[in-house]
Amino acid sequence: MKLSDYDPLQGAKLQVLAPNGEVEPALLPDFDDATLRLIYQRMLTARLADRRCIALQREGRMGTYPPVEGQEGCQVGSALALEPTDWIVPSFRELAVLLVREVPLSTIMLYWMGHEAGSCAPREKRVLPVSIPVGSHTLHAAGMAMALRYQQLPEAVICYFGDGATSEGDFHEALTFAGVAKAPVVFFCQNNGWAISVPRKQQCAATSLAAKGVGYGMPGIQIDGNDPFAAYQATAAALARARAGDGPTLIEALTYRFGPHTTSDDPSRYRDEAEVEQRRPLDPLARYRLFLQQRGLWSPEWETELTAATESWLEQAIAEAESQPPPGPEEMFASMFAELPSHLQAQRDDLLAALKEG
Amino acid sequence: MAQLNMVEAINLALAEELQRDPAVLLLGEDVGKEGGVFRVTEGLQQRFGLERSIDTPLAESGIVGVALGMAMMGLRPVAEIQFMGFMPPAYDQIISHVGRIRNRTRGIYSAPLVIRMPYGGGIHAPEHHSESTEALLVHTPGIKVVVPSTPADAFGLLKSAIRDPDPVLFLEPKRIYRAFKQEVSGEETLVPIGKARLVRPGRDLTLVAWGALVREAQKAAEQLAAEGIEAEIIDPRTLSPFDTPALIASVQKTGRCLVVHEAPRSCGLGAEIAAQVMEQALLYLKAPVERVTGFDTVMPLPKGEHFYLPDARRILRGVRKMLAF
Repeated sequence: MKLSDYDPLQGAKLQVLAPNGEVEPALLPDFDDATLRLIYQRMLTARLADRRCIALQREGRMGTYPPVEGQEGCQVGSALALEPTDWIVPSFRELAVLLVREVPLSTIMLYWMGHEAGSCAPREKRVLPVSIPVGSHTLHAAGMAMALRYQQLPEAVICYFGDGATSEGDFHEALTFAGVAKAPVVFFCQNNGWAISVPRKQQCAATSLAAKGVGYGMPGIQIDGNDPFAAYQATAAALARARAGDGPTLIEALTYRFGPHTTSDDPSRYRDEAEVEQRRPLDPLARYRLFLQQRGLWSPEWETELTAATESWLEQAIAEAESQPPPGPEEMFASMFAELPSHLQAQRDDLLAALKEG
Repeated sequence: MAQLNMVEAINLALAEELQRDPAVLLLGEDVGKEGGVFRVTEGLQQRFGLERSIDTPLAESGIVGVALGMAMMGLRPVAEIQFMGFMPPAYDQIISHVGRIRNRTRGIYSAPLVIRMPYGGGIHAPEHHSESTEALLVHTPGIKVVVPSTPADAFGLLKSAIRDPDPVLFLEPKRIYRAFKQEVSGEETLVPIGKARLVRPGRDLTLVAWGALVREAQKAAEQLAAEGIEAEIIDPRTLSPFDTPALIASVQKTGRCLVVHEAPRSCGLGAEIAAQVMEQALLYLKAPVERVTGFDTVMPLPKGEHFYLPDARRILRGVRKMLAF
């Protein structure tokens, strides 16, 4: 697969797996059956975990949470193309990516439960914590990639963000810096059609976000974002470019957010439910299930088994997250600096004294 | 051992740190081939190479955001924002990420970076080239803010800043970049972050000043000395974390405190210093804490900037008001 075969300005788009489950054989990655099934397993796991998080929020056991349903395909496909030594710089809707990287679900949940432990995935996971200010983390990815190049390491960085982020100045600056430095970074835009209530066409007049890559001297490719194989192929090609010293790539995955922006959002205020129903048949899980079925790799029993195993894993993760002791009052001070300055010591001691007095 | 002005002292500190630690690198607009618009980084790209003195695209948020990415990977970037007046686009990265990353990851990631920026007025520069917005930075959790007032301090503080495990905003008073030379011994003469300098001892009152205004305070103190009034001058050198013990010890001795700063008056650092004095030395005070500051106005263009900038005359007026209380 050559990135240059898919010129977004000409309306080209990479698709390997069609919604009816049929694949383009020449573009199908060389995966064994176990890997083909693993992709489904990862997507299903993410979907079940996502739905459970929404339920936890409704039950008052979790704070505001941003659902990922609909975007699992491009997340799992792209993350599968990474080496474990590659760095992941997520925004805040990358549950499926984090699960592929095997960040503990309890850690992910703790963040949305309002606990700092949720930003503390071990460094060896090579996943930065969630970044809430939209688009601002694209610069960190560029800088990390520039550091890798400076250190002459073979690793690369992938940065995930949404269509809304492409309107932010930091996105523009990140691609500018990365392009000039030929930094080994993949900018992975999940264009899910909506930035909270603002539809894609109101976000930017450009016909394709991928085409923006041209403006920064890097290839841009538009892919079917509900097709894990397309995401895998595009990401693998982009990573190969990065490792060869050819610099960054912009991938625009056309996907769809079935749910609200967050659990605090009510999409009926701005989005017609008919639009969601129209998109349902494009669901990445639905088409992938058809694909596996056609190859004899899926059965209702397997799905039941998988679901049951996932449910018990979810219970365990929730129990783990909920048994995490809440942070003590001194914790907000403890990691402000490598060494706590005296004015912060005094502020901490004052709070502790106030709490003690009751 | 050499007599250096502040520009030369900073250049020497950068050169020595680049030499000492391969993780140190410079980035910013025009810092490489051009050597910086003030020539602070002159010759360093030629000496250490393109990769260690990076001429970046013209984007302040980009410079700081990229520097943070580098720092999280173990490098020690020294970023330059060309003028403090151009900091606002970068401020988002500073407040949203640079100052937060250690705390939110409980130290798994940190930001050992330095952001240098020339600040302050008095050089007849165009609009947006003369601002002093240090209070914004002091109000921002998770970063340190350093301001040298002499070549030797600039040298020793910058070395400490580069070696500091946390982000340091290094504000350079460009009005005195070349104002005077001083013996700078080089190598390991580090100046600790967080420690004030006693510029001049005195028994009658305490003047607190930093950056270019230390010299104005000194002029005022000389005038007062001729009248038999002994002013003590404290240069905090680090605005965050502030050396409150040094401030309080001085005010307990003199009973009077006057703060000088170029920045706007309201919620400027003078207000915080006055509060600290009130909390810790109230009963020693013979007069209310006095502030001689810039105004809550837009910084005037060069033809009017002398009306804005605190000078020895306004400091003396403030001192006389305190003495007459």
